[in-house]
Amino acid sequence: MGYFDSFNDFIHMGGHGFYVWLCYAIVFIGMVSQFVLAKLSAKKNIKLLSQYYRRAAARKKSQANNDS
Amino acid sequence: MWNWFFQLASPKWFYTIARKVTPWLSVLMYSLMLAGLVLGLIFSPADYQQGNTVRIMYIHIPAAYMSMMIYVIMAVAGAIGLVWRMKMAHIVSVSCASIGAMFTALALLTGAIWGKPTWGTYWVWDARLTSELILLFLYLGFMALHSAYDDKKAADKASAVLALVGVVNIPIIHFSVEWWNTLHQGATLSKLEKPSMDTSMLWPLLIMIVAFKLYFVVTLFHKIRGEILLREKQASWVKKLVADSKQ
Repeated sequence: MGYFDSFNDFIHMGGHGFYVWLCYAIVFIGMVSQFVLAKLSAKKNIKLLSQYYRRAAARKKSQANNDS
Repeated sequence: MWNWFFQLASPKWFYTIARKVTPWLSVLMYSLMLAGLVLGLIFSPADYQQGNTVRIMYIHIPAAYMSMMIYVIMAVAGAIGLVWRMKMAHIVSVSCASIGAMFTALALLTGAIWGKPTWGTYWVWDARLTSELILLFLYLGFMALHSAYDDKKAADKASAVLALVGVVNIPIIHFSVEWWNTLHQGATLSKLEKPSMDTSMLWPLLIMIVAFKLYFVVTLFHKIRGEILLREKQASWVKKLVADSKQ
């Protein structure tokens, strides 16, 4: 299939398999980790904010109690 | 006529639109990425001089291209934020930094690994490689400077100025292969000339470049949404969104 005669040929890349696959592995790891972190950031911040609002509300309440 | 510009400046509007278009852009990105990989790794021929190491090109050139494009976007957004004091522009500028830094690191790493079998060395201190390394330091400096301030407004301003000053490095990277003697080859793609490459190699390269651009937009939109929530935490729509998401 394609340019290569066999799957072994494809992995071997005419003796340059190490360089080619190392490059693709590094790019894959970098792009996927960046993507996952970005995707989680909105979710993580929603969680962070819900805690922040709860604490802010609690602070307001205790302050109101102190004043009275 | 300027309505869209002001709408774009509204974090709420941007958040809603980004959320709507991201899934569609993601599907397009995955398909193009898959097509580019299959064409580049399996169907394109080996180079008559370089052999199969030429396949590194399909990720090296897009990564290097993105590293420069993202920097320009980051600097222009920073400038808009400085001049018009637009909140969204600073959010875009700040969200660009880590993606751009990653692409710069990937361009340098894949270039070094490609250099070993073709040039016989991982690294030379020539103009192209050195100016690209400086680009990485500019990105890292931008991120470090921005995180050094407690006050977000001051951080936005300072890092936008740094980004603008660093823009001078972009034409240096681009023309380095013409201005100085270097091991690095000249531009492969040019808008004005006919490509010097066979179509069997040109197609996977062009597809990968578009796929990397889409990847950038999708990742940027995810980052921007996270950043908007944090910065707009006093806005009633964010409070409502957070309250609704808990149920």
